[in-house]
This record gives sequence, C-alpha cells and structure tokens, in this order.
Amino acid sequence: MLEQHLATLPILLPLIAAPITLLLGRSLFLWIFATAISALACYFSWQLLAAALTESVLSYAVGGWPAPWGIELRVDAANAFVLLAVSALSTLVLIYSKDSIEKEIDSSKHTLYYTAHLLCLAGLSGILLTGDAFNLFVFLEISSLATYTLVSLGSDRRCLTAAFRYLVMGTIGATFILIGVGMLYMNTGTLNMLDLANRIDIYESNRTINTGLAFIMVGVSIKLALFPLHMWLPAAYTHAPSAVTAFLASTATKVAFYVMIRFIFTIFGWNYVFEEMGMDLILMVLAIVAIFKCSYMATVQSNVKTVLAYSSVAQIGYMILGVSLVSVTGLMSGLIHIFNHALMKGALFMAVGAVFYRVGSVDINAFKGLGKQMPLTMAAFTIAGLSIIGVPLTVGFVSKWYLVTAALEQQHWVVAALVLAGSLLAVVYIGRVIEAAYFQKPPASRDSNQVKEAPWLMLAPMWALVLANIYFGIDTSLTTEAARSASEWLFQTSAIAAASSVEVSQ
Amino acid sequence: MGDLIDLVLLAMLAITALQMIFLKDLFAVVMLFGIYSFLSALIFINLDAVDVAFTEASVGAGISTVLMLGTLALTGRKEKKSSHSSILPLLVVCITGAALIYGTLDMPPFGHPNNPIHEHVAPRYIEESPKEIGLPNMVTSVLASYRGFDTLGETVVVFAALIGVLALLGVRRQEENDVPESGFKAHHVLHVVARFFIPLIILFALYVQFHGDFGPGGGFQAGVIAAAAFILYTLVFGLSRAFAVVGPKFLQALASIGVLLYASVGFFSMYKGGQFLDYSKLATDPIVGQHYGIIIIELGVGITVFAVMLSIFYAFGSQAERSNIQ
Amino acid sequence: MMTGFYIVISANNLVKKIVGLNVFQTSVFMLYISMGKVNGGTAPILVEGVTTYSNPLPHVLILTAIVVGVATTSVGLALIIRIKRAYGTVEENEFENQDDAI
Repeated sequence: MLEQHLATLPILLPLIAAPITLLLGRSLFLWIFATAISALACYFSWQLLAAALTESVLSYAVGGWPAPWGIELRVDAANAFVLLAVSALSTLVLIYSKDSIEKEIDSSKHTLYYTAHLLCLAGLSGILLTGDAFNLFVFLEISSLATYTLVSLGSDRRCLTAAFRYLVMGTIGATFILIGVGMLYMNTGTLNMLDLANRIDIYESNRTINTGLAFIMVGVSIKLALFPLHMWLPAAYTHAPSAVTAFLASTATKVAFYVMIRFIFTIFGWNYVFEEMGMDLILMVLAIVAIFKCSYMATVQSNVKTVLAYSSVAQIGYMILGVSLVSVTGLMSGLIHIFNHALMKGALFMAVGAVFYRVGSVDINAFKGLGKQMPLTMAAFTIAGLSIIGVPLTVGFVSKWYLVTAALEQQHWVVAALVLAGSLLAVVYIGRVIEAAYFQKPPASRDSNQVKEAPWLMLAPMWALVLANIYFGIDTSLTTEAARSASEWLFQTSAIAAASSVEVSQ
Repeated sequence: MGDLIDLVLLAMLAITALQMIFLKDLFAVVMLFGIYSFLSALIFINLDAVDVAFTEASVGAGISTVLMLGTLALTGRKEKKSSHSSILPLLVVCITGAALIYGTLDMPPFGHPNNPIHEHVAPRYIEESPKEIGLPNMVTSVLASYRGFDTLGETVVVFAALIGVLALLGVRRQEENDVPESGFKAHHVLHVVARFFIPLIILFALYVQFHGDFGPGGGFQAGVIAAAAFILYTLVFGLSRAFAVVGPKFLQALASIGVLLYASVGFFSMYKGGQFLDYSKLATDPIVGQHYGIIIIELGVGITVFAVMLSIFYAFGSQAERSNIQ
Repeated sequence: MMTGFYIVISANNLVKKIVGLNVFQTSVFMLYISMGKVNGGTAPILVEGVTTYSNPLPHVLILTAIVVGVATTSVGLALIIRIKRAYGTVEENEFENQDDAI
C-alpha cells in the first residue's frame, strides 16, 4: 500500500506531524518525534528517487480525479533529486537544532519552532512534487509563512524587521506569481503543468503569455533572491536563529531555483524562453553581476553570518549561470550545485551556529584563536569553506568543473574565466575567517576555559555534511548520474511538448 | 444595466484606493480599506462569484479590518511625513503597470463563452459535477473534491498563520488577579444587544457551514462568522470572561484537530484502497461517499478557521491589554 | 491594482504597507474573477432551467487566495506589534537612525 502512495508521503508526513507537535506540548519527545518524521520523509524521498530513475515519471492523482481536473503530483528525476537534498538537510538540521535552539530560542517557543520547521518542510516538499501551477502557489505560501515565523524567532530584535521585510518581499513575489499563473490560465484554461505546456505552444507570441512569463520570472526571482531582488536575504539569514539559517540557506532558495527550472523547461519550453524571449542573456548578465557584487560584499562584512549570506546570493548566481548556458551540461551543473551547495552551506552555517553556542557572537573578531579552542568545529568550517572555493576533492570542485565545461562547450571563454575569477573572491572571504581562527590569538577578554568544543549533537550533523562534501567530491557517480538524467529528461520533455503541440496546431 | 453598476463600482474602487495613498490618518486608511473590500465583494457578486463575495466580505472587510484596527490601537494612528523620495517606487510601479496593460492586449474578450477557460477544464465541472458529486453548488464540489488538495493546503496555511502569530505574540496566561477591567462593563444596552445577537450569529454560522453544499457558504465563511460571534463577546464582556468560555489552549488544540480531521479523511480513503482524498471510496455508493467526505472536510476547515481566527484575535487583544497596564 | 503596489513600496508606515499589500492582492482577485464571467451566465449553483453558468474554477482559486491573504496579513500585523515594542516606532525611516534595520 505504501508503494502506491509513495509520492504523497514526503508531503503528508510533515504536514500532519505539524499539528500533532502542537498537541504534544513541550518535551524531549517532541524533538525525537520531529526528527523521526523528517528522517522518514527522507527515506521515502530516497525511494522516490530510486523509482524515478528507473521508471522516469510517477504520477499520482490526488482525490482520484484525473489530471487536468484534479491535482496531480508528478515525480521525476529532477524533483526527486532536489527533494532528497531538502529532506536530508531538514533531518540533519533537526538533530542539530536540539542544542542550538536551547541557546537561541526561548524555551516556551520550542514547540512552535518544531511545528514551523515541519510546516516549512511540508511546504517545500509540496512545491517540489506538485504538478499543478496553483497548488504550487498554495504550498509556496505554507513554506513562506513558516519561514517568516522561523526567522522572527531570532534572539536579536533586528530579526523582526528582517522578517517583516522578507514578508513584504515574499508576498509581492507570490502575488506576482499569482498574476502570471492567472495570465496563463486565462489563455489556456488549465492549471496542470503538463497540460499548460501542451496548450501554450499553440499561442506562439501571445502578448498575454509573454507578460505572464515575465511576472512569473520576477516573482520567482524574488523568492530565489536573484541579484537585484536579493535585498531581503542577507538580513533574514543574519538575524534568524542559526539552525533556521542552516535550514533555509540550504533548502528554501534551492526550491525556488527548482521552480524556475520547472517553469522554464516544463511549462514554457526552453526554446521559447531562451530563443524567442532572450531570457538566457538577461539571466547570464544578472548571474555574473550577482557573483561579483555579492562576493565582493561578502569580503567586506564583519558578521560571519552576513558573509555567508552574501556568499549564498553569489552561489545562486552560479546556479542561474548554469541554466543560462542552455545546454544539458549547464543545467546539470545547476542541479548538482543545488545539492552540493546545500551540503556546504549547511555545514558552514552549522559551524557558525556552534561558535555562537560557545562564544555568543558571530563577529569575525569572535573567531580569533578558535582553531585551537574549537578544533573540530573550525576544521569543519575550513573543509566546507574549501568546498565553497572549489578546491579539488570537494563537491564545490565538481560543480565548478561542470559549469566551466558547459561554458567551454558553448565557446563562452569569458564566462569560464569569470567563474574562476569569482572563486578567487571566495578565497578572500573564507580566508579571512580561517586566518582569524588559526593565526590570531584569542582576545584577552575571553575566558579560555568556557570556550570548548561544541556538543556532539551539533558536531555530528555538521561532520556528516562535511564527510558528504568529501565523499561526493571523490565519488561523483550518484550526483552526476541523477543530475544528468534529470537535465536530459528536462530538455527532452521540453522538446517533446513543443513537437506534440506543433502537431496539434496543424 | 449590469455594466453600468460595474463601472460605477470600479470607479468608486479606484477613488478609494487613490485616497488611501494620500491620507496620513491611518485609522481612515484602514476604514477605506474596509470599504474597498466591501466594494470588491459587490463587484464579485455582479460577476457571479457569490462564494468569493461572501468570503471577501467576511474575511477582507471583516477580520482583516478588525486586526488592522487592533494593530493601530497599539502603534498609533498617524503616519509621519516620508523623507525618502518617491520617484523610484513610482517608476517600478509604472513599469509593472505598463507590463500589465501590455499583457491585456491579447487577453481573451471579457465574458465571451468561447474563451479558452470556458472550453477546456471547466465544462466538466459544470456538466458532470452535479452527477459525479451530487451537489448543486459547483464551487463547493470543485473546492472540496476536485481540488481538495488545494483546500487542505489552504487549511494548513491558516494553521501556519496561527503558529506565526503565537510565536510572535503568544497568549498571556490566565492570571485572575491582575486582569484589568476590560470590555464595556457599564454599557447595559450593549450587553443586552450582544446577548441577543451572539446566539443568532452562531446559528447563522452553523447554517452557513452545513448549507454550503447547496448555496454559497462553507467551512471558511462559517468559521469566520463563528469567530466573529466570539470576538463580539470578547469586545463586550472582556478577555478574561472570554477565556473562561473558550480557553486559548483549547483553541490551539481545536485548530490542530481541524487539520487532522481533514487529513484523516484522506488517510481513510487511502486505507479503503483509493487515492489520497478520494471520497468516492468512503461509502459503497460513490456519490454518498463524496457527500460524507465533503461534509467532514468542511467541518475540519470550519473548526480550524474558527479556532485560528479567534486565537489570533485573543493574541492581539492580550497585547492591547498588556500595553494598557504599562 | 497599481495603487496598492505603490502603497507597498512607497509607504513609510508599516501598517500602511500591509494595507497596500491587501489592496494589491484584492485587485489580483478581481483579475481572476473577471475572467470567470460568462455573458448571460449565472452563479455556478445548479438551478433548474438554467444552462449557462459562470466558470467555477477561478472562484475556487480565489477563495483559497483570500484565505492565504488574511493569513499573511495577520502574521505581518503581529510582526508590526513586536517591532513597535522593540523599537518604539513603526515608521520605516526612523529605523535607519537606530541600527541598520530595514
């Protein structure tokens, strides 16, 4: 029976677990319950990925109504792959959060933290799996509301203004997506993504559909924190509790990136978006500006969480750059980077959270001398940092390798050179922190007895991610295979949809 | 005639919205927003969307306005002069507006029966749903059955809002000693009128809840109306008496139970061998099954919406009291 | 629609921003509902003798969207109350003087 309903389980488990956690009240059991649910969701998404790789597409009609009338869940290699990354990260962050939120969140709000986290996970899984454009909007709002809540749980009062700005921007983004979806619906009469794709191509160069595309792109870009619309992200990531930042940085923007891919490839078709609308050029320019502007911003910040937040915006630039190259390898590098960036940013933010747990500050001065006092945490930070830079034997190298290969395939020498130059900026901002940790003496004011290694419940998930960084950096077969089949599949379906619609219109 | 009414309403809508930009008195802005919502509801009726109009009137003009007023009571009603320039926002807005107008150029003609949306998916809802589901109100059929997953998501959104508000404001514990006198204790007229109205409002909510299959209405509207009854009670008799009637903890439990009730229908249909939320499997006759399913999930929605709206109001209300004490 | 959007971006007061957000969203609802209308149709509730009904699907979508809107509004307002308590103001330009918020 479970096999049959596999596609619904990663959404439904956290969805029903959230109200149950509210009923359970405050206890240790709550933490175990939430983690177990997340781990189960992770297990099922692993099975989904396995099923998607063998059968290519799984479709599940919710309510027993066939596709254009009812809501359909569609699982393919692309979304199963991202789902696995999201649910795995969620599980690790939940393990990590037991000690971390002790320190950062008032104990009366722990129940609400776990509830909001599970809601967020349910929303993100829903966005990934649904095959219906409006259903996507609903799940987007579930995850967004949960995210605003999580950000506002921070201990600093600035988290409130950060959350408010995030709320306003996020709602504008969601409303833009709603307008866009409305325009598509108006001309096609359907909300199912596959059905939309088949019916859109009949209306080549329809101005309403073009506008719909523009609205959806802008809306998704806000959620994605693509360069000029990223202003909400650094503040939100800086002031949210560390566990929340680790979760959001490694999942939320990735899911938005996936939504963009879904709209470009499945609904509109890549030749329409890129060749007729010229989106690839716009995206490429924005991506390159994002990489340099935000990497530069990262080098001048003094709060390490802000440094990493700007670095996230820059990394999103790399993903978009991969897509804008319009090739299987380019898209594949984007997809791999979703997974890999989740691994490295998760580890980095967890390390920073561990520092906050012991030292009580995340200013770069607080990192001085920590190399000796918190050796395991700083070693984790260093390895994950090397991965961001793109040093061989780490996952960061794999992403960059495919990105550069994709650029060279298309004869974009300049782009390839710029990618490498962007890595140099990463050397600077990661290097500053590492330099402070290993080559400077701890400030005299700090009591060296108090600052010791983080608790093992924080170290374990952190090192799990670090080891994954190295493992997937050496044995790339799993990630590249999944990402390659996903991106080939996306290009194929895009082409098939275009071909079939030509037949219809004739 | 209908067009004329539409035009007049639209013009009023535009005037209301423009007025909001220039007014600095926030109390007036919020009131204008209430009017704006109400005008929209009227337009929705004119466009045949009775269910939507009902919701907009109760949620937009009702609950949202109440919450905004509650916030204003805490933050002050004057907007100060803005110092930064308004050229950039104006530019962004103009570009977006131009994009929208550009988008309308190829829009299908208004109200034409051969538009794509009337030809593709919707005909099945209109022609088959009375046979497949057995309800005259097609909006309820589509909402609860064909797109039941959306509605589950929506219930969870409401639940998520509760989590957000609780995390931000929390609800003050019941401490009998320091609860100040609130409500309108001295107004006997209000007391009598409220006592008379509250049962009627609740009765109306129940009618809306269970009549949603046949006429406009359903879980959302009923939940909001029932919450309105208790909000009236709270306003007149004070928070502490309202807490004694329906406690905040109980409401939180109720909100969770509503979501779980909805989801459990889905799981039960899975257990019966159908897909998630396939109500046809709930009884031997699919139409009877659909009927059971819709009644139960509407009840779940109603419970959650009622509990969440009232909890949110409690949270805002206890904030106001706290600031009064200080 | 654009008025609401303008209020969101330009308003200095946070409550006004939320009002603007609501106006913006309500206008989008109007866009959806207007496309559901069929000339000569009636509300989509089965009545004997009537064959033309307006399209129920946009109505369903907007019912959902209205509820989503009020959920966002309530969280936004709750945030404003907390901001007022933490900073003592809800005017955007007054934050810039105190630390680097908004």
